[in-house]
Amino acid sequence: MPIYLYILKRILIAIPIILIVSMISFTIMRYDFTVGPIRININGHPVQMMEQYRFKNPIDPLAALKENPQISKAAYEHEKQRLGLDKPFYEQYWLWISHIFHFDFSQLKTGHFWKVFQPDLGKSFSGEDVSHILMQRIPNTLLLNVVTLLIAWLVAIPLGVYAALHWRSKADSALTLFSSMGMAAPSFVVALVLAVVAVKVGWPPLGGITSDDFNNFTMLHKILDVSAHLVLPVIVLTISSIAGLQRQMRGNLLDVLEAEYVRVARAKGLPEKKVIYKHAVRTAINPLVTMLGYDFAGLLSGAALVEMVLRFPGLGYTALEAVRQTDTNLAMTVLVMGAILLVLGNLVGDILLKIVDPRIELQ
Amino acid sequence: MLETIERTKTQKLWREFSRDKVVLASALYLVIIYTVILLFSGLIAPYSEQFSDPTLSYAPPTPIFIMDQGKVTWPFVVHYERKFNAASYGFDFFPDYSKTYPIHFFVHGDSYKFLGIIPCDIHLFGVKSPARIFLLGTDVNGMDNFSRLLYGGQISLTIGFLGLFVAFPIGLIYGGISGYFGGRIDNAMMRFAEIIMSIPSFYLLITLAAILPSGLSSKARFALIVVILAFIGWAGLSRIIRGMVLSIKEQEYVEAARSLGGSSFRIITKHLLPQTASYLIVAATLSVPAYLLAESGLSFLGLGIQPPDASWGNMLREAQDLSNIMLRPWLLLGPGLLIFLTILAFNVVGDKLRDMLDPKSHGRQA
Repeated sequence: MPIYLYILKRILIAIPIILIVSMISFTIMRYDFTVGPIRININGHPVQMMEQYRFKNPIDPLAALKENPQISKAAYEHEKQRLGLDKPFYEQYWLWISHIFHFDFSQLKTGHFWKVFQPDLGKSFSGEDVSHILMQRIPNTLLLNVVTLLIAWLVAIPLGVYAALHWRSKADSALTLFSSMGMAAPSFVVALVLAVVAVKVGWPPLGGITSDDFNNFTMLHKILDVSAHLVLPVIVLTISSIAGLQRQMRGNLLDVLEAEYVRVARAKGLPEKKVIYKHAVRTAINPLVTMLGYDFAGLLSGAALVEMVLRFPGLGYTALEAVRQTDTNLAMTVLVMGAILLVLGNLVGDILLKIVDPRIELQ
Repeated sequence: MLETIERTKTQKLWREFSRDKVVLASALYLVIIYTVILLFSGLIAPYSEQFSDPTLSYAPPTPIFIMDQGKVTWPFVVHYERKFNAASYGFDFFPDYSKTYPIHFFVHGDSYKFLGIIPCDIHLFGVKSPARIFLLGTDVNGMDNFSRLLYGGQISLTIGFLGLFVAFPIGLIYGGISGYFGGRIDNAMMRFAEIIMSIPSFYLLITLAAILPSGLSSKARFALIVVILAFIGWAGLSRIIRGMVLSIKEQEYVEAARSLGGSSFRIITKHLLPQTASYLIVAATLSVPAYLLAESGLSFLGLGIQPPDASWGNMLREAQDLSNIMLRPWLLLGPGLLIFLTILAFNVVGDKLRDMLDPKSHGRQA
């Protein structure tokens, strides 16, 4: 199967998955359904087994909007209409979904193609548009996770190779112990400890992704500023990532080194360096590439807590804010966005695997 | 004959297990911490879980003196008072050396239930009021951190096993059915598991925890948190079980069971799932720490176990405030260290078990 067809197929599979995730998250945040009453007839006598019971999320999605003095009465009524709170549960869901897929084709005439898709995700409690908040936060989370993955791979693969080649040496056991500790340390505790160190030392900056006077900086200064703000969260996240990856790489390489073709390569007199780096390492890396999508998923979840502790304005921090303030519009969307990022991460992992290992048949 | 073979096999496994000092130390740590916390926390803790002395908020660890006027004496403590300090412009603790309070062993104190059933009020050690013995200081409400660490451990250490009791049966049955029947059923069931897995677990976790009604009793809340954690955890397990069942069901003895007329349920539960036992032991050891981590993360954010009930996670909550950690490091130290050590011990033991049960793996799966 050509790769573009495969990508298309995977996207088609992803659509129902994301739809169901959206149903789940909608149900969690705004469940309202009635069960019963259950009556059965025994010998012609109706017996009531269960009374009618209404399950309803006690959170009023408009409560905070009502109390916010900056929100006008008209805007409040508009939001109430838009959510269709007086309508049945499934109609509310339909309204929510149809608001997300909101296209404005009149933009085609003006030539602003990117403005055609205008999802209306409703307002956050602060009165800001949810889509606007997400546009700011998602790039931050992506940046954090991609940088973390890159650094983790660059450090962990050589360490894993080294440990496997020096199997059962002192360095190997030290690395194994080190990686066990790295995986055992809860990321938020590590984040707390490093945050204290950062405050005492005065560097790297803590919280946010830019300094206050960011807009006045030159381009180079801006890049340096963002990098400095990334240092702390990236260190925290790479510690556990490196530990896991190093271990996997070591295990894979140990398996591969026992394989027949490695023995063949040695037997035909290839230099040891070539045997290891051209034959063994290359094969040992493949399972890690498959795990890339999965790693991304783990990172996304792990990053959420670290973002919260370090006040990094990413998706995880947004999720916690939304959940704490029972900001339903924001919370539902964040959950769905998280799922979309995860599905995309898995897809990228599979495509990369195809590039790395042409033997893989896409199906 | 069979018995001796069995015994030598167990002995062999034990010998391999105990050869590694780190593994042995980890296993010993787990045994000790579980025994102490589950059986003897009431006895060892000098105060009860709910005890609070509001006049001693954020007290540092109580110093224990062994020298009195140049002479070595029985260990004693002195009474501390929290007073306004005009020099530092804050509240400080001032010792009152005029009267000493020796440490007594097996003293009467707050009542608790020994081993969970026998009413008792004897504590391993303690001092006479108004002096207090706070080995790890106090929190904002003047509650003893050391005692709460022991009581909180009861929740943090059991949540993993409770979660397993919910998640494992679901994952086993689900994966077993999916793998055994195959075809369309397998396809549909695995798609559903994938959907659960494609929601970032921590996002789902905090959302579910946030909608728990606020008026719940602490026991009900604890139970619901276990259910939520298990609800997220079963999907991954069911996929692996399904893969194993797929390959096991091709074996002849399964064919034989089927031709003898065994029902599908019987074949799945009696012939297929027991084959996954060695994997399950390893998976259990490695997923208990995952539950512990999830609980502590959740409680840390204030969405899990609620005060005044203690758990290692919600004790860390006070450490959210950075100035708190810098001025009062004892708030972070106890629970942070215990969480770290417990997870580490579980991981080390789990890795060793996997290496032993599957000699081919070199600790591949992280």
